[in-house]
Amino acid sequence: MPFPRLPDLPSIPMRPEELVRQRINRAPSPLLASGLPWVSVMLASLAAFSPVIASAPVLPPLAFMVFLAWRMLRPSLLPLWAGLPLGAFDDLYSGQPFGCGIVLWSAAMLVMDTVDNRLLWRSFVQDWAVASMLMAAYLVLSAGIAGLAAAYPLPLVIGPQLLVTLALYPLVTRAVALLDRVRLLPLRTV
Amino acid sequence: MARSPDRRPGFSRRAQYGIFTGYVIAVAGFLAGVAMLIVSIVNPQAFSSVRGAASEIARPAGEAGAETRAAGQSVISAIGAYFQAGRQNAALTREVAAARANAFTMQALEGENRRLKALLGIVDPAVKPIAAARLIGSTASSARRFAVLSAGAAQGVRPGQPVRSSAGLIGRVIEAGPGTARVLLVTDPENVVPVRRARDGLPAFVEGKSDGRIAIRLLNMGMNPLKRGDVFVTSGSGGLYPPGIPVAVVTEVLHDGGVGHLASDPADADFVVVLPVFQPTAVTALGASQQAAGPAPEASEAGGGN
Repeated sequence: MPFPRLPDLPSIPMRPEELVRQRINRAPSPLLASGLPWVSVMLASLAAFSPVIASAPVLPPLAFMVFLAWRMLRPSLLPLWAGLPLGAFDDLYSGQPFGCGIVLWSAAMLVMDTVDNRLLWRSFVQDWAVASMLMAAYLVLSAGIAGLAAAYPLPLVIGPQLLVTLALYPLVTRAVALLDRVRLLPLRTV
Repeated sequence: MARSPDRRPGFSRRAQYGIFTGYVIAVAGFLAGVAMLIVSIVNPQAFSSVRGAASEIARPAGEAGAETRAAGQSVISAIGAYFQAGRQNAALTREVAAARANAFTMQALEGENRRLKALLGIVDPAVKPIAAARLIGSTASSARRFAVLSAGAAQGVRPGQPVRSSAGLIGRVIEAGPGTARVLLVTDPENVVPVRRARDGLPAFVEGKSDGRIAIRLLNMGMNPLKRGDVFVTSGSGGLYPPGIPVAVVTEVLHDGGVGHLASDPADADFVVVLPVFQPTAVTALGASQQAAGPAPEASEAGGGN
């Protein structure tokens, strides 16, 4: 069998918009449009059930990063109180004492609201800087609360994790931007 | 890029109330979270049933992940072995020669051990494992070290039971749901395991450092007799862990103890075995006396005390 030449292969759409051929008389599905942010954050929470059984905190807090990325990309998509349910869900899998996620995620939403009111203009670097501060505070406070629960001083093991988290944030925002385009695919017939 | 203007409600009363309610719920959620956090720090088992149910739901995903992990490791190790075949061959030949010599010594020692035990009248209780299961998840982004096991109360797993792999101790069960259980790994700072040096029985205890290594603390103060490469096994004191399970290998000697590597990295363990509590009567007696005596002055470990 000859090796298939490139033009013979079925073309994979490069952009999510190309998945949908017909665009006239179509609108985004309301379920997908409002549900995808919640589902994607919850799936990121389940990253604890990844194939890695870690003996040190190595994975970045993916769920919190996805949550922040949605908040930065679409400021009004997640309601202000979204930290309550999503943080509670993350607490079930993260191993932190229950309530830690609720507190920190709610606080992050309130801080982001203040930041939005103070800084009138947005840019990539500024978003990254704000997210970096929030993620660093999140990691340090999480480790502190975990240390409190284990009656053990704040473990200084989050350094590598913090660096990975800060470096990975732009990638997460790209992934969330892609999801945002999937979210608005015109699937429903009007 | 300017920020989006959709937070300004204009004159719509409904929109204004909506935003106000959002703030109220967000702040109330924050305060409720603080309350729940305090509850769960004071009583760590408070939300265990909810967590158990959550693990049950995620169990299929975790099991699929555990299988991919095994497959992925074998692929990577196969590729690695291809590159290191020559060096590995030479090293293994040397190792086999050394092991063969050791095996004869071991056989002699085993026979002697049996004779001495018969002389003393010690009967080793036959330890039958409770369940064999996979580790299907872990808290990879938290500073606490928990793993989730794919067996639970339905298989007879109860809180307190030790978990080991073929290479050594993994941890102990702290919460058991119907089909999953939560394991406190040896590397968690809350897990304190009484151990002894395999060579001469030097007593010590190990405590997790949360970064994948464990701290080894000696019971007897004075000159530090630890050397790099010393192997520590469980001693059986406290009645929780059966004696003789490898726990740690010393990699760094400090002035009052040492830092060790795990004998069994949970990431390498394909299947783990849940063992019964070594001496349940001792553990319950210890728990009862601790309850009667009130809380210990510093964080001591139920069943792991020395």
